[in-house]
Amino acid sequence: MQTLIQQVLNALQLGSVYALIALGYTMVYGIIRLINFAHGDIFMVSTYVAFFIGTALMSHALRLPGIVAFGLTMAAAMMVTALLAVLIERFAYKPLRQAPRVSAVITALGVGLFLENFTLATIGPDPRFLPRFFSVQTFTVGGVAFSNIQIIIIAVSAAVMLLLDTIVRRTMVGMAMRAVSWDKSTAPLMGVPVDSIISITFAIGASIAAVGGTLFGMVYTVDPYMGIRIGWWAFISAVVGGIGNIRGAMVGGYILGFVEIFTPVILPASTYRDFVAFSMLLLLLIFRPYGILGRPVAQKV
Amino acid sequence: MKRPSFSFLTPVLTPVRVAYASLPFSVRRWTMPILLVLFFVVALLSPSFINLYWQQVLIYVGINIILTASLNLVNGYMGEFSVGHAGFMAVGAYVASILTVWVFPRWGLEAYIAYLFPIALLVGGLAAGLTGLVIAFPSFRTRGDYLAIVTLAWNMIVKSVLENIDAIGGPRGFMGMQKLTSVAWVYVWVVFTIYLLRNLVYSNFGRGTLSIREDEIASSLVSVDTRKVKITVFVVAAFFAGIAGGLFAHIIQFINPRSFSILKSTDVLVMVYLGGISSLGGSILGATVYTVLLELLRPLQVWRWVVGPLLLVLLMIFRPRGIMGMQEWPFLIPREERAERVAALMERIRGRREAFAATAPVGGSSD
Amino acid sequence: MPILRIRGLTHYFGGLRAVHDFHLDLEPGELVGIIGPNGAGKTTVFNLITGVYRPTEGEIFFNGHNLVGKRPDQIVSLGIARTFQTIRLFKELTVLDNVRIAHFARTRYGVMSAMFRLPQYVREEAEIRERALELLDLMGLLEQANWVASSLPYGLQRRLEIARALATEPRLLLLDEPAAGMNPGEIADLMELIQWIRRRFDLTILLIEHQMRVVMGICERIKVLDFGETIAEGTPAEIQSNPRVIEAYLGEEAIA
Ligand SMILES: Nc1ncnc2c1ncn2[C@@H]1O[C@H](COP(=O)(O)OP(=O)(O)OP(=O)(O)O)[C@@H](O)[C@H]1O
Ligand SMILES: [Mg+2]
Repeated sequence: MQTLIQQVLNALQLGSVYALIALGYTMVYGIIRLINFAHGDIFMVSTYVAFFIGTALMSHALRLPGIVAFGLTMAAAMMVTALLAVLIERFAYKPLRQAPRVSAVITALGVGLFLENFTLATIGPDPRFLPRFFSVQTFTVGGVAFSNIQIIIIAVSAAVMLLLDTIVRRTMVGMAMRAVSWDKSTAPLMGVPVDSIISITFAIGASIAAVGGTLFGMVYTVDPYMGIRIGWWAFISAVVGGIGNIRGAMVGGYILGFVEIFTPVILPASTYRDFVAFSMLLLLLIFRPYGILGRPVAQKV
Repeated sequence: MKRPSFSFLTPVLTPVRVAYASLPFSVRRWTMPILLVLFFVVALLSPSFINLYWQQVLIYVGINIILTASLNLVNGYMGEFSVGHAGFMAVGAYVASILTVWVFPRWGLEAYIAYLFPIALLVGGLAAGLTGLVIAFPSFRTRGDYLAIVTLAWNMIVKSVLENIDAIGGPRGFMGMQKLTSVAWVYVWVVFTIYLLRNLVYSNFGRGTLSIREDEIASSLVSVDTRKVKITVFVVAAFFAGIAGGLFAHIIQFINPRSFSILKSTDVLVMVYLGGISSLGGSILGATVYTVLLELLRPLQVWRWVVGPLLLVLLMIFRPRGIMGMQEWPFLIPREERAERVAALMERIRGRREAFAATAPVGGSSD
Repeated sequence: MPILRIRGLTHYFGGLRAVHDFHLDLEPGELVGIIGPNGAGKTTVFNLITGVYRPTEGEIFFNGHNLVGKRPDQIVSLGIARTFQTIRLFKELTVLDNVRIAHFARTRYGVMSAMFRLPQYVREEAEIRERALELLDLMGLLEQANWVASSLPYGLQRRLEIARALATEPRLLLLDEPAAGMNPGEIADLMELIQWIRRRFDLTILLIEHQMRVVMGICERIKVLDFGETIAEGTPAEIQSNPRVIEAYLGEEAIA
């Protein structure tokens, strides 16, 4: 029982990160129907930004309190990553908005690989660790051990998701996003600046991934190819939840978190987890392509 | 399809073309077979005058031509978007390797392994072709980016399954293959592949494939059985990817699941879109240029791997159909499909029309 | 015996009832028109007949075959061909290839036969090539056989779409607004063409058209749809004087 609760906490922690990244996939898909295969690598870049800035801020010369350094690191990672995503959108995707949709998907794939290999070439393959912003404290409640880091990850993620949900549902920006998503050709007639809204969507998606990246870096190592696996799992989360659907992405993230943690419990080895996740994706795409919360769209003839 | 124009070559090519066209047909019909045999002899003798390194490069060029041309069938001719070609390659590679390393020796056929190699490749190809159905069936219901994800998931699943089968080495990989792939063998398989694919492309299946790319619903409404076409295309493409995998395994002599990751699939994508969609000539060109380019860039070390992705992005933005998109070299067009033959047929029909004079009212204002 | 028999055909798109309780009997050789304001459900009827959508309710029989649940290509091979409201040619393929593709269902050779160029393939391909060119000749498109379809002028694209439909050797031809986008001269040619192919290929034709001149000029019988309902049926003369039809069309004018 205690290990079960322990595992649930682990799954929530991992699921939070997946959900945060899945949001970026789903928002971009929702607004321009593009599977942004580069998003996992944007996440990877964000962890590197967090690594460099965090390391600088935590250097002994500055003597910043951990919580301040943590906040500043996350904010900086969010800004740099958002800028990167907006630039990618502007220079790689925007020229293809009128082109066949596969062109943009291939481009996204190319951008992702570019980010990976560019990082590899400039920074190198060695895994890195983020500095410790907080000293790890472990609590034990009823035999279940958990750390303050775990609580921070789960709580910060939940807060960010709540915030995003509110933005999309209640603000003008959110409304404009939904308008563009609904119909790109009439939105400008109603005074919605389509290009800016698309840029904002990329920026928001990337900064949420950066939140995930900073949190992730507090527990795991950082390397140039990390975006592939995490990115894929987050992407599956988005599809499981129904791509284009924001709440779906959150739900999907947690589901995938559970899949990852509980696969080794049920199957002989953790090496089966990719198999389980991708088989799930395959079956879902075949039998319910619009995911758990998505709705089927009819094709007009 | 148009013939590609390399306009800067025109002053040289035109006189040659004219001179060649003036030869009688009974002479011209032997050009292709003679050239093919000639090249085969050169390929056969190549080990005596090309060093090992460049032999290897040539072999990779050949393998990549097979991969590229077969993926072009799906991504170019049919306009679907498969990202999982390496998955089929893996199936072919493992099956062929298991045959040459375990099965044939166990049957006491070790001495004949060089002769049995084509059989191992064919079986590997067939196994891969069979798994092509895994993608074909979902493609009835989904297409576009969703089908892309299906193919991708397929690639990941193959890799993951291979990693979990300990008997064939799991993540450590599989080895023990002899170096059976030679320049001559690869040459034969490339010719075979291109010939068969060309015949397919210019048949009604090929036209059906193109029509699915253009407009799937209109296609089914002019009687194209789109399911049959999709099954054909996915199975055939997977078959040749399997062949390429078998050839690959028997040159590199060591395979592991990571050799067949999405990165490999992406490499093939680059070659397809570099050479040009819906063009076998383009695939030959794309595979050759890209493979040789990467070899020449070897001194750049890790930076070399930035080139492919960058190229892909630039291609999509500036030349999304590739160098020879939708164009074909004349020698890859079956004779009866070439413009002059069709023109002759048209002439005959025109002659017959005069005899009956019974065509539809054309009207003066219709254009 | 009617060649096409439709009973109680109803179709919903989500909550929208696009077609309701549609009936139709087509006798062999008839030329029947369907008219109605925009969004009346005319194209949907065609999509239901040709298997693009599966009807929510109702029966469709063609020459004794139940069409409901069949795939479009199966329905086409039974002898129903159609054109589209907005032209849907295979734009980047040649005129000849557009017509040859329509021979798909009647091709006997298999994939292996094609890949290895077996005699059956060679023979059939030669036949298809010749038949396609003959049809193009008949339709006045022979000279453009090697053109890319999208490079044809608009009127010829419409004509090619009809040629492509004819290449499937239909008994019943469904034409969805063939005169859309044509000038009066082209429309006159088109009317002549429709009557000519009907005789030449011994066809039954069902025609959707907004151009009253076309419908009234060549149809023997007309059905009028409005909001999915059949509001009138009869000869051109009867339809022209039907108050409900006038109201439906006036209503549309008033909105537009
Ligand atoms: N795939 C679809 N999904 C949802 N609604 C549809 C679909 N196809 C058609 N409709 C709706 O069904 C109704 C009937 O459409 P249909 O295209 O049959 O009209 P129509 O009579 O052909 O009109 P028009 O003269 O404009 O061509 C319209 O309200 C249309 O918006
Ligand atoms: Mg219509």
